[in-house]
Amino acid sequence: MAREGRAGPRRRPVEPFLWLLFSGGGMAAAVLVPVLVLLFGVVFPLAGGPPYDHLRAVAAHPLTRVALLGLAVLAFFHWAHRFRFAVEHGLGLGRLDRLIAPLCYGAALAGSAAAAHVLFLTL
Amino acid sequence: MSAEPAMRAAETAGESIVLRVSRYLPGRDAEPVPRDYEVPLREEWSVLDGLNHVKDVLDGSLAYRWSCRMGICGSCGMTVNGEPRLTCGTFLSEFAPGPVVVEPLRGFAVIRDLVVDIEPFLGKLASVTPWLVRNGAEPPPDAEFAQTPEQLGAYKQFSMCINCMLCYSACPVYALDEDFLGPAAIALAQRYNLDSRDMGAAARFDVLAAAGGVWDCTYVGECSAACPKGVDPAGAIQQYKLTAAMETVRRFLLPKGAR
Repeated sequence: MAREGRAGPRRRPVEPFLWLLFSGGGMAAAVLVPVLVLLFGVVFPLAGGPPYDHLRAVAAHPLTRVALLGLAVLAFFHWAHRFRFAVEHGLGLGRLDRLIAPLCYGAALAGSAAAAHVLFLTL
Repeated sequence: MSAEPAMRAAETAGESIVLRVSRYLPGRDAEPVPRDYEVPLREEWSVLDGLNHVKDVLDGSLAYRWSCRMGICGSCGMTVNGEPRLTCGTFLSEFAPGPVVVEPLRGFAVIRDLVVDIEPFLGKLASVTPWLVRNGAEPPPDAEFAQTPEQLGAYKQFSMCINCMLCYSACPVYALDEDFLGPAAIALAQRYNLDSRDMGAAARFDVLAAAGGVWDCTYVGECSAACPKGVDPAGAIQQYKLTAAMETVRRFLLPKGAR
């Protein structure tokens, strides 16, 4: 009874970099998102936060914009990596890696561009 | 033997449990067929004891691997009620009133009955250079190579592996892709990478970071849950991913001469 061979996902030399983005995204989201949720979801609505103009000025500060962009980009790539393997391993679609991986990381790139647009052009 | 009739009597008087054993003989069976055997249910009997009872008393044609009966040799790994287990450390009473379904380890080609082909696994183990590499700096044969408790502690956990392959059977990535180097082989590579006496990390990088290496792992963690020796291969793989990523970045950034 020989084992059936099945094609796994295609490997790329960029895999370590994708994993670093995934890993960094998980870390950044785990550290920063709970703080943001606590502040904007619980503390400010219940206890009253700083006035709108003040918050807007804080958000518009160049350092804040860069930090938020970094968080958004890393979180997008974290999602892309996780979603790619959820689809490829979870649904057994590893042979479609050539299609799935570019779609996932492409979506992360698009999300990053949208975040940059919001943070640097519309804010 | 005078003790024999008394023993038989005790067996028939006591409870029993059904072992549903996967039987497969190439040439005769197109695919594995489950077959039921009634064995005595004794508190101190492991699943392996049940299989030995089948072989000794009920059906001598049953094929399976075992040796030490004490969780050291790593031979008796099988799928028991769907889980990869060492049958010598899994007790029949856990599954009472039964049946206890015993199948070969999943993820491996079946040679006969409960015996699987371990050659691919042995090839993977050998591919990670699982010995101390000294790059020409061998100490004299009679020299001691002292290590501090910290240096020993860095790799000791990963040296506890008994090569039972339960982690491969539990790994969903290996189930999808048999080219995956797999939990035990990567943990074994880390056992030597983290040894202060070893100088082979660069050679192992070429295997561990290549196709089929650590980047295929998605950190499901089933390998560490299945490990009967507490080795934590999932931890070893995660640890090495960071090492490999840093090494890749270093090679990418540094000019060739400075590497």
